[in-house]
Amino acid sequence: MGGVVERIVEKIREESKEFEEVKIMHLCGTHEDTISKYNIRSLIPENVKLLAGPGCPVCIIPDEDLQKVFHLLEREDVILTTFGDMARVPFEGKSLFHYRAKGKDVRIVYSVFDALEIAKNSDKNVVFFAIGFETTMPSTAVAAKEAPENFFIFSAHRFFIPAMEALMPNSEIDGYINPGHVSTIVGVVAYESLTKYKTPMVISGFEPEDVLLSILMLLKAIKNGSPLLMNEYVRAVRYEGNVKAKEVMNEVFDAEDGSWRGLGIIPNSKASLSRVYENCDAEKFFEDVFEDFVPKEDKRKKNCLCGEILKGKAFPTDCKLFMKACTPRDPIGSCMVSFEGTCNIWAKYGKSL
Amino acid sequence: MCLAIPAKVLEIDYPFATVSLGGAKRKVRVDLLEDVKPGDYVLVHVGLAIQKVSEEEVKEIERLWEELLKE
Repeated sequence: MGGVVERIVEKIREESKEFEEVKIMHLCGTHEDTISKYNIRSLIPENVKLLAGPGCPVCIIPDEDLQKVFHLLEREDVILTTFGDMARVPFEGKSLFHYRAKGKDVRIVYSVFDALEIAKNSDKNVVFFAIGFETTMPSTAVAAKEAPENFFIFSAHRFFIPAMEALMPNSEIDGYINPGHVSTIVGVVAYESLTKYKTPMVISGFEPEDVLLSILMLLKAIKNGSPLLMNEYVRAVRYEGNVKAKEVMNEVFDAEDGSWRGLGIIPNSKASLSRVYENCDAEKFFEDVFEDFVPKEDKRKKNCLCGEILKGKAFPTDCKLFMKACTPRDPIGSCMVSFEGTCNIWAKYGKSL
Repeated sequence: MCLAIPAKVLEIDYPFATVSLGGAKRKVRVDLLEDVKPGDYVLVHVGLAIQKVSEEEVKEIERLWEELLKE
């Protein structure tokens, strides 16, 4: 495959010659992983800038959601289940692992179905702290349909397409690499309405060859002004997406305005459980517990650039805390926690510029 | 988080299937896919198969690559 990489890189060099500068933003943490792991920024010409966008579900969850889960855990005797990297996100120096060390029943699961099994085999109430974009939502939706009486979902799920709708108008970005596995669910069709912004987009796979080919496709499209929507990841992304997954996701979740770290409130981006499924909605069931909930600011995060990094306005190395006060071992911002966070990835593979 | 891994379907026990994930066997849900058969490749994300990966489309991408590189 080495030969293919060289050939694509050669084409990218040729295509990029006529541009003074081209800004390409990817929208998936797994793309950042590929880019940093294979040092793709060093392979391509300097005038092609690869920026990381808000494509990390753990990173974009605002502290308020995390604080609410802490609030619940402090007041109710529940089994709290979630994914591993979410459990490591700190607020005022505390994470869900901190609560586990203090004796709270916090369990890391590989999937929501493991959480469902825990509920079926327990008399206690089990809460699943659900995070993720459209890729992950269908699994939570399937679980909601099978929820036993003691199973509840705290949904911090976010719809990704509305975030693109918020990012794209008046943006400096010349082309977007769209998230591959979000697209597996939503399909090529989901991006059609975004072509009105006249910025080319390509749905990309995750091998280094995929990403390089996507950059090449974008450069050609930026030059020609078309096509505005391309699919490089045809082996996993169909035009219509996964229709069954979309159906169950739309049945179980309603879209509400939701807050994102760095991006603020984005209309119709929060996936809340619909009325039919409110019996397993943790925010409804534990309504009384949340009555006295007031979100706070974390002073430790004052200098954290996570929000700017998620907008592609800063690189991890622009942050004063990066690899000094904030490390993968003792993170301050969520971008340093998640395996999809740009700071975590840069800490792992080294500076990627 | 949005990592999805291709896995080979070994056995169906609807709505579950046993798949081989890089050699490790794992039980996953396959009920959001149409007509999954043993031998198929599926993309698995947090215990749920989210799409079939078809050989035809793998060939299609190879064709696309060739075309772009020829130009």
